Amino acid sequence: MNHTAVAATHEETSTGLSNFKLGFWTFIGSETLFFGALISVYMVYQGRSVTGPYPSNVFDIELTTLSTFVLLMSSLAMVLALAMVQKGSRKGSLFWLLATAVMGMIFLGFQAYEFTHFVHNGLKLDTNLFGSTFYLLTGFHGAHVTVGVLWLLALWVQALRGQLGQGDALRVEVAGLYWHFVDIVWIIIFTFVYLLD
Amino acid sequence: MASHSYAAGGAVQPAEHAHPGVRKYVFVGVVLCILTAAEVAAYAIDSLASILFPILLVLSTAKFLLVVLYYMHLKFDHRLFSGVFLLPFSLALFLVLSMLAVFKVVAYM
Repeated sequence: MNHTAVAATHEETSTGLSNFKLGFWTFIGSETLFFGALISVYMVYQGRSVTGPYPSNVFDIELTTLSTFVLLMSSLAMVLALAMVQKGSRKGSLFWLLATAVMGMIFLGFQAYEFTHFVHNGLKLDTNLFGSTFYLLTGFHGAHVTVGVLWLLALWVQALRGQLGQGDALRVEVAGLYWHFVDIVWIIIFTFVYLLD
Repeated sequence: MASHSYAAGGAVQPAEHAHPGVRKYVFVGVVLCILTAAEVAAYAIDSLASILFPILLVLSTAKFLLVVLYYMHLKFDHRLFSGVFLLPFSLALFLVLSMLAVFKVVAYM
């Protein structure tokens, strides 16, 4: 078992709660403001582009629905990974952590395909207001997914080396908080950017 | 299993409850898929175009709440975690609504 994790788990705090988890929730709180700003900028400039391509010219709702489904399922895989770590099941932890990371990579693949498709259709970062605000918002979301995938792969390697036991469940739970946050941001983006264009 | 939390002296905080099990996680996952399918169906049905906004608002709020309450465990964890999340979230919501009010409503008056 990781000694640092044991020390973190059993620390004495004035709130009686894990400082690591409380601090991470505070970070997530700051991230809501960050994405709130990006979403509001997108919505304010929605429908104000004077030249195309416009959202209706480039969006492929079927494809985005599929990538949304993959991301939602990755959140399910993440909680199953946490449940396996808490249970002490090494095989289960390895499988579900890898499944979550792979689904995250599939989502990123969809995003890379979508961006490439949009660029081929003439939508670049500086084409119009839609292009600027859309790439800024979804690009930052994609960057967050990338960080999440790297984090999950790091946990998977630790599990592979036998360094992720029941005592480390808190670390997996916090990684899960980040992953689910990325998921809820996408829930909002899918509805307000794609479906309500 | 409840997350680890120890008060000074090692006493476990009583305000946290056991996290849901695998069955509930899978059930929530299925509901999330159904809600997403409902969103896309509402989008695809032309006759719902006039009420699409409230439909999507309700469905996406339901999805948001399911993830936050069950997958992020706010329903089961200590209330302080909810407070730390909800305060900035409310500010973000206020920011979005204020920006829309200024640029979408006031600008056209």
